[in-house]
Amino acid sequence: MAIVDVQSLSKVYPVAIKEPGLKGTLQHFFRRTYRSVEAVRQVSFQIEPGEIVGFLGPNGAGKTTTLKMLTGLIYPSRGKVRVADYIPFERKGDFLRQITLVMGQKQQLLWDLPALDSFRINASIYGVPDKEFRRRVGELAEMLSITNQLTQPVRKLSLGERMKAEMLAALIHRPKVLFLDEPTLGLDVNAQAAVREFLQAYNQRYRATVLLTSHYMADITALCERVLLIHRGSLIYDGNLTGLLEKFAPYREVTVELDCAIQAQDLMDYGEVGNLAGCTASLIVRREALTQTVARILAELDVKDLTVTDPPIEEVIGRVFQAGVV
Amino acid sequence: MQRRGRIVRTLLSVYYAYMVEYRAELLLWVLSGTFPLILMGIWAQASESGLLTFQSEEFVRYFLAVFIVRQFTVVWVIWEFEREVLEGKLSAYLLQPIDPVWRHFFGHIAERFARLPFAFILIALFFWLYPQALWVPSPVGLGLGLAAIALAFSLRFLMQYTFALCAFWTERASAIEQFWFLFYLFLSGMIAPLEMFPDAVREAVLWTPFPYLIYFPASLLVGLPVDPWRGLFTMLGWGAFFFLVNRWLWRRGLRQYSGMGA
Repeated sequence: MAIVDVQSLSKVYPVAIKEPGLKGTLQHFFRRTYRSVEAVRQVSFQIEPGEIVGFLGPNGAGKTTTLKMLTGLIYPSRGKVRVADYIPFERKGDFLRQITLVMGQKQQLLWDLPALDSFRINASIYGVPDKEFRRRVGELAEMLSITNQLTQPVRKLSLGERMKAEMLAALIHRPKVLFLDEPTLGLDVNAQAAVREFLQAYNQRYRATVLLTSHYMADITALCERVLLIHRGSLIYDGNLTGLLEKFAPYREVTVELDCAIQAQDLMDYGEVGNLAGCTASLIVRREALTQTVARILAELDVKDLTVTDPPIEEVIGRVFQAGVV
Repeated sequence: MQRRGRIVRTLLSVYYAYMVEYRAELLLWVLSGTFPLILMGIWAQASESGLLTFQSEEFVRYFLAVFIVRQFTVVWVIWEFEREVLEGKLSAYLLQPIDPVWRHFFGHIAERFARLPFAFILIALFFWLYPQALWVPSPVGLGLGLAAIALAFSLRFLMQYTFALCAFWTERASAIEQFWFLFYLFLSGMIAPLEMFPDAVREAVLWTPFPYLIYFPASLLVGLPVDPWRGLFTMLGWGAFFFLVNRWLWRRGLRQYSGMGA
């Protein structure tokens, strides 16, 4: 049975409109006008217990709004949501004890105190006994490598340390369902990798379900077998990463190493020229023309080496969002 | 019950630590509440004319009691809550199985413990400089006064938190408090004891919640004649009214909340 069940979910926001200039300001003061923005449109999906699902979309696509509805922070305009068999917006205590939401750009830790103090508050609110609290903090801090930073005021922590402490605070009650909104935002490469490893370990150890949004494709490719793609509020893809490439990348990248340097115009006949550096060039070739094009390249050019690869996933998704392909 | 006790202890101890992190700020907050001491000087001087019903020392004691009551009943929840709604910080608290109001409430209580040593030093200094103003409240007056202070704080907190919930609809809920503060300033007894008001005005004002926020507890402390039962029931009545409005606004407001910025 699905632990997250979303049926035809929609959210419409009223947004105030204001024209620039004094006239606009006065109009806005005396007679405010609003337009409706449909942030999420008829979204449906299910997530099984223990799955890690990537939730992808450009800025403003509706990812965060969907997460807010799944956690009960905002009320849906239409549709149905059930998480862990509860209706999120009813905000029942038993439901809230089973979920967590980590937002990369927001913090719940008390800024001027050590993170440990915020953890103590959370432990008391979630009813985690003292002994168990110390055990969990020790275990999670070790997994996140922040044992020594927990007694420093949060304001003195680096961004990466703070993010790890936020994550620890959000997991003290050992939730079953994790909603993560850009958990690696702004972190350096090492910190990103550490957070990814931690999430993977947490998922395996506690069979937690994870729905993750991230702009870093490395997060998605490392953690998620399944992705949901949302664009302008609508879900445009739900499946695995390979399927995503097949659906949205009807081309392959052909990298050729030649005997000598060559000009871009000499290669344009074979496909769209990507990178060209010295004797090495990459070409974007449509999938249906791949065999014929590779045969021509081998026959017509002095090829030392040739490889055919799928384009990078971020490039595919970038193209999808740029072109608005559905 | 045990779990609730642990939550209260933890919130109090952590927020106490939070409040004492900035000692200089605390001292400045205490000093910023010395407005009644300035008024004390003005009224004490005015009483020298012999036209007022209070003697100079009665004014001094009254305004000192006002200062003490104010120290115990300062509330700022509207500014914090407004910021939480506008910046989306409320979201993190809404995800926890406890009403976010308790963080604010116990934050205020913890601040009292941090603030009071400074306030008591100031009071001791005052009595040292002006010993003829020293008075010892009767045990009954002290007990009733402290109970009235606790109720006054709860009512003031509830009222301001109710206005704070308007932040779900308007981005400047604190403007409501600023408007309300005007009535609080003049009708609560902060500017003048209610005995200085004309009888009809005083009787009308006694039906509003304002005098019970300062005048009533201060009068109990200094032994001015007030009706404790009337005070108690009026405070409970207004408390019940604001509580109902508060819960209604909370339920409606959550449907309005968009988690801006988060």
